[in-house]
Amino acid sequence: MRSTKVFITSALLLCPSLMLAGTVSGKITYTGTPAKPKTIDMSKEPNCAKAYTTPPLTESVVTGAGNTLDNVVVYISAGAPDEKSAPSQAVTFEQHNCRYTPHVLAMQIGQELKVVNSDQTSHNIHPLAKLNREWNKSQPPGTPPLSEKFDKEEFIPVKCNVHPWMRGYFAVLKTSHYAISTGDGKFTLPNLPPGKYTLTAWHEDYGTNTADVTITGNETKDVDFTFKAKAY
Amino acid sequence: MTRTFNRAMWMSLLLSLICLILVCAIPARAQETRVGKLTGHAAAGKQNYQRWCIGCHGPYGDGNGENAQWIEPKPRDFAAAVFKCRSTPTGTLPTDEDLYNSVARGFTNSNMPHWDPLTKQTRIDLVAYIKTFSDRWKTDKPGDILKIPAEPPVTIQSIAHGSELFQKLECWKCHGQQGRGDGPSASTLTDSKDNPIRPYNFAAGTDDSRFKCGNTNQDIYKIFMTGVDGTPMPSFNDVIQPNDAWDLVHYLRTLQINRHSKENEVLRAAGGKIPKTETPATPPASQPAPQPDAKPQGGRK
Repeated sequence: MRSTKVFITSALLLCPSLMLAGTVSGKITYTGTPAKPKTIDMSKEPNCAKAYTTPPLTESVVTGAGNTLDNVVVYISAGAPDEKSAPSQAVTFEQHNCRYTPHVLAMQIGQELKVVNSDQTSHNIHPLAKLNREWNKSQPPGTPPLSEKFDKEEFIPVKCNVHPWMRGYFAVLKTSHYAISTGDGKFTLPNLPPGKYTLTAWHEDYGTNTADVTITGNETKDVDFTFKAKAY
Repeated sequence: MTRTFNRAMWMSLLLSLICLILVCAIPARAQETRVGKLTGHAAAGKQNYQRWCIGCHGPYGDGNGENAQWIEPKPRDFAAAVFKCRSTPTGTLPTDEDLYNSVARGFTNSNMPHWDPLTKQTRIDLVAYIKTFSDRWKTDKPGDILKIPAEPPVTIQSIAHGSELFQKLECWKCHGQQGRGDGPSASTLTDSKDNPIRPYNFAAGTDDSRFKCGNTNQDIYKIFMTGVDGTPMPSFNDVIQPNDAWDLVHYLRTLQINRHSKENEVLRAAGGKIPKTETPATPPASQPAPQPDAKPQGGRK
């Protein structure tokens, strides 16, 4: 009986996060009228143009029903300790039909980034980093994935100079607590230990919003973000 | 007693002197550059920078000097520490020698003249001062120097294989099929600061013309293997094997139709036509190992 008590007490002390873990979830919306996505002309790259029955659209602002906003990175920007090590699993950034999948890719500092070219055309991967190293590498069809990593927190625009419509972002973060709104503007940050946190929501065109949240136990807090749309 | 005191005094004086030397020497070394037997000093470079360089590169080294508004392409931003001409991998800092060569050589098709009239000591001092504009020089080291194997003989087969690589690697997308800088992507190219930039026009090359980063075959090899950072020109080091790279160099020389070269002579002797080659390109590898017989030949020839 006594040993059971000791075991439970030890387990509570050693693994508080298993016992008490909150969740923050919410929705990203916008006010105002966003600029309409532009049509991309891929006629200079027939290998890619043939993949589309209707001309593809730019992805800098992707909206959904009910004024929801996608491709917003929501992350803990203060309150959580910086991660001491990066996850061993790599994140993948794919060039497919002359577009980036995903359009915004989040990763932790030091985490392996694999860049894959699935197209029958050469791309150059050019992250326009300012705090991290700016590099620029060619990746012809059929070549193995590139393996890279970044060592500073930064939102890095990525472009292919050969195909100027190809533009995406790498979100390099100190924390493992992040999510990206997809499809319906919703996000979920699970497994948050009790504490006071600052959440930051980042959008490539609309900038950042922040909100404070306190997690006290097993609970789900709703935090919604609203961005002001730009009409241009 | 007096003797003991004297000894102690001398010892403490000696220790103070050693500390003073160390304290003075460490920051000084961080602002020094070395090329061969020359050592450059930032303090000396500052005076010359203010006389010769400040007009374009600006007082903060960020490329915003008072002349910058009239200049295309824009002067280099030393605060960003991104450099075009390197013997080191893309994304890494160049060597002191790379920067020294850039100052001496100047940049063709730009407003940056060659600074040969300045003494070697003045140039190396300038390089030391340029390195004070970014903290990256304190936290990062220059990348490993690209190993360039000895150049194989120029043959029509080598030129033909290079021509095939030019197609396969899609160099023509920017540089055009005849290397005239008029490929389908040429008109949309911008540098890392979103300023328009043109791809190199090989056909305009004459006997005395240079590439941006040199004029030897080794320089061409280096340019496409390490890339021209801050511009759309990527690094091909991960996707071209060394021997294939030399074939590409030989073909690129034939695009300089108005330049006298061994490559153009070989092409002329073969009737002026490049035969179709059956030679398969060496399969690309993500991290090609250096050739066993490769001799490091970084720096200036």
